[in-house]
Amino acid sequence: MARAVSTRRKIGFTVAAWVVALLIFFPILYTIITSFKSETEAIAGFSLVPSGTLESYAEVQAQSNYFKFFLNSVVIAVGSTILALLIAIPAAWSMAFSPTKRTKDILMWMLSTKMMPAVAVLVPIYLIFRDANLLDTRIGLTVMLMLINLPIVVWMLYTYFREIPGEILEAARMDGATLWGEIVHVLTPMAVPGIASTMLLNIILAWNEAFWTIRLTTTNAAPLTAFIASFSSPQGLFWAKLSAASTLAIAPILIMGWFSQRQLVRGLTFGAVK
Amino acid sequence: MGNITLKKVSKSFGATTIIPEIDLQIEDGEFVVFVGPSGCGKSTLLRLIAGLEDTSGGSISIDGRDVTGEAPAKRRLAMVFQSYALYPHMTVYKNIAFPLKMAGEDAAVIDKKVKDAARVLNLTNYLERRPGQLSGGQRQRVAIGRAIVRQPSAFLFDEPLSNLDAALRGTMRLEISELHHQLKTTMIYVTHDQVEAMTMADKIVVLNAGNIEQVGSPMELYKTPKNLFVAGFIGSPKMNLINGTAAAKHGATTIGVRPEHLGISTTSGEWKATVGVAEHLGSDTFLHVQAGDVGTLTVRADGELGVRHGETVYLTPSPNKIHRFGADGRAM
Repeated sequence: MARAVSTRRKIGFTVAAWVVALLIFFPILYTIITSFKSETEAIAGFSLVPSGTLESYAEVQAQSNYFKFFLNSVVIAVGSTILALLIAIPAAWSMAFSPTKRTKDILMWMLSTKMMPAVAVLVPIYLIFRDANLLDTRIGLTVMLMLINLPIVVWMLYTYFREIPGEILEAARMDGATLWGEIVHVLTPMAVPGIASTMLLNIILAWNEAFWTIRLTTTNAAPLTAFIASFSSPQGLFWAKLSAASTLAIAPILIMGWFSQRQLVRGLTFGAVK
Repeated sequence: MGNITLKKVSKSFGATTIIPEIDLQIEDGEFVVFVGPSGCGKSTLLRLIAGLEDTSGGSISIDGRDVTGEAPAKRRLAMVFQSYALYPHMTVYKNIAFPLKMAGEDAAVIDKKVKDAARVLNLTNYLERRPGQLSGGQRQRVAIGRAIVRQPSAFLFDEPLSNLDAALRGTMRLEISELHHQLKTTMIYVTHDQVEAMTMADKIVVLNAGNIEQVGSPMELYKTPKNLFVAGFIGSPKMNLINGTAAAKHGATTIGVRPEHLGISTTSGEWKATVGVAEHLGSDTFLHVQAGDVGTLTVRADGELGVRHGETVYLTPSPNKIHRFGADGRAM
């Protein structure tokens, strides 16, 4: 029987949920508000009502080419995601459907690489990139971000694949499907929701990655994270301009996230409730 | 053609032996049922034949061709799974067409075969639906359709009816038997339900702990069980197995009397018994009685029999229907 929830409790929960959501969202909201202020207004103190000027956006665009950074972000985020999926789908397939005694250990080991602070390998990675002529290249950054996110992609796909009944794959094998046919015609279409949410999450992670993207690029391959960083300049902080740059950088991913929120929530809670 | 020969086939998982060496011959066109309790290795044996599991020893040949090391698809067998194992993202049409598509058949040939199968299985109106929109029975028919179109040497069924309700199970049982008469293709059917085994099979293979206990026609197994296991497993309600002096009188360690072979009287008979639970099925009444030293017995009596709980009855086994077993459990 469903538990009866009193109206007062319901209202209480709703208000609490809104407060928490607003608290989390507030920094982003205030950044957006500040971006519509002039520099004088921005340093004048706390205010939720901007004058609505677009001068910060104009200046930001005049000072650096937004679209170049945007394009780099798209190429790096999408490229690293596709690359990661190409490697992770077969890997997760074999771990989910032909596990060995060591499969769990391998999964744990892969995840453990995420526990290491990135700065610990900054010097060797930098030197490898320098010697391989990969510094400030899109390809270098794409490979880097793919490697960083690969453990999470494999883990997520592994979890989705484990939900697919083994008998269906056996049926495909009986029906004459080759290993490739099995992956293309049966496994992948059945795992589309899982693959889609993994893809979305990976794009978001790659889009927001700042540590490596700022350190391994200068101009040519610099994505939007480097674009924001360039506005915290030595000439002093220009809050309105910085906010305009930040808004421009997060807008695309925020819009994408908004439209795919259903898919994302489903993906992130997949397997939690049967 | 669908002759299947198993020679010294065995299967172990690590140190655990699931199936010790067994030999089995299945003739073309036969309906063979593997029956046995849970964990007896019947599904494993089917999967070995299908090629979904590798054998640990021995050889499997189909129509004289050794297929022991061959991939499942190369064995020209079709399998129907317990969970149906339909492709949920494909329509019924595409599900049935899948094996033909994998075999690289022409689109026109695929279309004809799929539509023919759908007609045989009453699925014509459901071809554009997805498995999620079908009932259990319809899904099972789609799974059978997918098996039929390949025109395999043999069909393998792995407990195909256990997910269906009792009424539907009865209907599907008849449909599968009818299909066997139409197609005349070898069928191997795994079940733990001895009623399915008795009603459908030409030949029953009774398995216990990976061993074949007996192979024979349903009536052979019913009339002349080779050992206590087969005697207790085949027949519903189960055969009464009696030890002690009652058995010694017949020169055996254990005697077996089927519930339908016990005569019942309210006045006189060999064993005096007190009626316990009476299950009235309409056509029959199953009486569970306590017969002193002889033990608890089940009696199949006429549906009209009016005995009540606690009443005294007398039982007499039909003399020529008593099965005698020695100390080793084998029939004497």
